[in-house]
Amino acid sequence: MSPAEENAVRTSARNGWLLSTPALVVLTFAAAGPLLIVLVYSFLTPGQHGNVIWEFSTGGWVGILWSKDIFTGEWALADAHLSIFWRSLWLSLLTTVFTFVVGFPTAWFIATRAPKERALWLFLITIPFWTNLLIRTYAINEVLRKEGLMNTVLMGLGITDTPIEVLYTPTAIFIGMTYVYLPLMVLPLFAAIDRFDMKLLEAAYDLYASRWRVLRRVILPIVKPGIVAGSILVFVPSLGAYVTPRVLGGGKQMMIGNFIELQFLQGKNWPLGAALSMLLLMIVMVALLVYVRYANKGSSGHG
Amino acid sequence: MSQGNRADQYDQMNGNEGGVTVADEVTISARNVVKVFGQGASQMRALDDVSVDIRRGEFFTLLGPSGCGKTTLLRLIAGFEMPSAGTILLEGADITTLPPNRRPVNTVFQSYALFPHLTVAQNVAFGLEMLGKPAAEVRATTERMLALVKLEALAGRKTSQLSGGQQQRVALARALAPQPKVLLLDEPLSALDLKLRKEMQIELKRLQLETGITFVFVTHDQEEALTMSDRIGVMSNGKLQQVGSAKDIYTRPKNRFVASFIGETNFLTGTAEAGGVRLPTGDLISIGLSAADVGRAATVTLRPEQLRLGAVSDPGAIPARVAALVYFGTDTHCHLHLSDGTEVVARLQSPADGESGLVQGQEVGIGFAPGAAQRVED
Amino acid sequence: MAERSFHVARLPGFATTAIIVFLALYLPIITLVVYSFNASTSLAVWGGFSLDWYAKAWANTQVKDATMRSLIIASFAALISTTVATMAALGTTRRRAFKGQTAIYVMINQPLMVPEIVTAVALMILFGLIKQATGIHGLGYLILAHSAFCIPFAYLPIRARLEGMDLTLETAAADLYATPWQTFRRVTLPLLAPGMIAGAMLAFVISLDDVVITEFVKSGGQDTLPTYMLGQLRRQLTPEINAISTMLLAVTVVLLTAFFLLTRKKD
Ligand SMILES: Nc1ncnc2c1ncn2[C@@H]1O[C@H](COP(=O)(O)OP(=O)(O)OP(=O)(O)O)[C@@H](O)[C@H]1O
Ligand SMILES: [Mg+2]
Repeated sequence: MSPAEENAVRTSARNGWLLSTPALVVLTFAAAGPLLIVLVYSFLTPGQHGNVIWEFSTGGWVGILWSKDIFTGEWALADAHLSIFWRSLWLSLLTTVFTFVVGFPTAWFIATRAPKERALWLFLITIPFWTNLLIRTYAINEVLRKEGLMNTVLMGLGITDTPIEVLYTPTAIFIGMTYVYLPLMVLPLFAAIDRFDMKLLEAAYDLYASRWRVLRRVILPIVKPGIVAGSILVFVPSLGAYVTPRVLGGGKQMMIGNFIELQFLQGKNWPLGAALSMLLLMIVMVALLVYVRYANKGSSGHG
Repeated sequence: MSQGNRADQYDQMNGNEGGVTVADEVTISARNVVKVFGQGASQMRALDDVSVDIRRGEFFTLLGPSGCGKTTLLRLIAGFEMPSAGTILLEGADITTLPPNRRPVNTVFQSYALFPHLTVAQNVAFGLEMLGKPAAEVRATTERMLALVKLEALAGRKTSQLSGGQQQRVALARALAPQPKVLLLDEPLSALDLKLRKEMQIELKRLQLETGITFVFVTHDQEEALTMSDRIGVMSNGKLQQVGSAKDIYTRPKNRFVASFIGETNFLTGTAEAGGVRLPTGDLISIGLSAADVGRAATVTLRPEQLRLGAVSDPGAIPARVAALVYFGTDTHCHLHLSDGTEVVARLQSPADGESGLVQGQEVGIGFAPGAAQRVED
Repeated sequence: MAERSFHVARLPGFATTAIIVFLALYLPIITLVVYSFNASTSLAVWGGFSLDWYAKAWANTQVKDATMRSLIIASFAALISTTVATMAALGTTRRRAFKGQTAIYVMINQPLMVPEIVTAVALMILFGLIKQATGIHGLGYLILAHSAFCIPFAYLPIRARLEGMDLTLETAAADLYATPWQTFRRVTLPLLAPGMIAGAMLAFVISLDDVVITEFVKSGGQDTLPTYMLGQLRRQLTPEINAISTMLLAVTVVLLTAFFLLTRKKD
């Protein structure tokens, strides 16, 4: 390379960095950087009324799984915590699976519309995606209430004579999360199906495949990247959900997000809250890494 | 002759019909230019020691197969890319590292690159405005340019509402408006259909003569190159193989690549002797050779249309047997085998009834005019 | 006439499922909107059409303040995030890949990857420390926090627009004697503008909708519309909440429609 060429390359890289700097500063200060403070706080000693005392302690991390009996001083597995983790995990998984089961046909339906119509359907799925999460949760809350739409319809049809009380149960949270996170499944699935070459279907049918086999052996393997992306997009916010379990779980059916809030806003145990936040972050990072590795493997044709 | 004198002559020539180029005055000069893309194993030498002088006011064409470096050379002249080594001069001044906006060189892009947010007139005026020309001059020049490419009626249109040919004209007017010293055209006609293409070829030639601007034109269509250019530079593999007029290049190709890339030809290889090249069959092709070559292997090229078929006994004829006859309408291709099996193709003009009078297996003698055979490098 | 021919892309039950999904998505929202016009206090009984709840919400100073606050924060956040995202998009696209480019991408998309609750906790701690040290409790903290998580949303459409933009247009401008700044002003910016407007609108919507981070970062008396609603959800509910929700919804739908019209590919 001639000096002039090298110079041009260096200038281009420097301009790239310079132009990105303002965004990086904002993000460092108000998004990424503060995460380090949480890490620090997870190793401090809880204060009397919330906050922390600046003394090193692993209590926050230990407290995730174990708790000390106030009277006997014995350590025991914290059953209450475990049940919260367990609930968070299976509700998130169930939500992911269910959004896929109903989201795939929906995405397929949108992708196979005529081009003009497709934009409209896509728009219809996008509006809820951008609509306030709280409003959507509130809307579901209204449907599930004792005197809400669901019970009115069920009783009107004579399916039941006493209202079903779903609200403040894990079922309510599951329904709510499925409702609010469904667009996050449909959109990447749509993107994958949209790229899918429908001629492959003709080829498969031509080679005597049945519809079920075409779905299993041709469609699903090819749109798998979309499935993985959609699953992660649903699983990650489900696991960290806060608003939906708070409104639909009524404070009794806590998930990790609410448990973290409890430690901070109710001022119970900041280091525990910080440790829980870090744990949540780590789980999410692992999920993302799995995705990145998978995505890279998918396109490894370029080396 | 002094510099000033030449410049005067050049200026007088503007607007003169059929203005002939002023020989020898160089506008663009590339000296030992090398351009390497990428690094390490994926390194790619797009230009390999290219030197060329492009004369003022000429229509210079770069011709070569895809990927041979034509666009790269053009981009270096325009300043969009910097050479890895070598220099580029404009009228004697080194412009190697001058940014494109400070070079009096304009480009007609293959994709036209018309600004979609501007009208036709605004596109044409863009360069003039950037040069800070007064508004009145901008307006006057824009109008003149639009008239030059016959687009006055569409001045207010958005460029997206134009046909391919019209976009092409706007691109031309836009690049010509600032009256550059050199106009670079990268396959400007490749997106047009055949009929439009022929029209634009004539149009381009007219514009070049009317404006007197040096055109550097890139194409991989040899017919386009032969019909339009004052001089042609034939490229292959990042190297400039030969520079010369269309006739030069066709009748006196320097090497095998040039001979075979432009038109069709036959190659015959033998040993150099005092009187010419002795083929393995024992026949002698008489051409002038330097004494130093005697005894070495030598290749000659013979264009198919230069061959005549006669009797084996004709003086100087090379005996051959007709292997196949292919009728093409205007002419007939006769595939011949020499006595050692070498294949030679002769292109014979078809007579009125289309019958060449030859039959497969017939013994004939191949003859050709003196000068038709050309020695080429390998 | 029903089509009886074999359609390769048709899978049994898919269309039905999709229609049910769309109904299920919209029915709750539509119910919510309808009940905002309910004359009765109850959320269960339809007492006839009325705009009373809108009047009530409008008269409620808490709602009015929260609305103003939401609008101020969203406007600033949209402005700031769009500005820095535009610069970053210009810095990270259409140039030779440079060292650290991936790190910049990761950083820009970081707010999309970290669970909101974690960011909320982190900002609460950091801003809490700053508030304690300086005694300043302005809206600046919320604006900064919102600007940060809006950046990836603003960045996305701007970057998409830049990548779809023909690089030769800028080359052509340079060829026609435009300086780099003139090229930017006269060619890049006008062509980028729809992307920037789209980015700003997304950022605005995202900021307007945020609950979790705002809930943790706000100081006393700094409720935005969503956090005000979250607080109300704990109490006796009246259709006033429906009225507020409907207004917020209307803003979102209008902005989104504009966004789609702006970014729609012209065929
Ligand atoms: N920016 C680049 N980075 C890497 N390689 C490049 C770049 N530009 C050109 N090349 C390579 O340099 C060689 C010459 O390219 P160039 O575009 O000059 O060819 P060309 O003669 O114009 O071909 P065509 O007739 O197809 O337009 C090609 O092999 C090409 O792949
Ligand atoms: Mg090219």
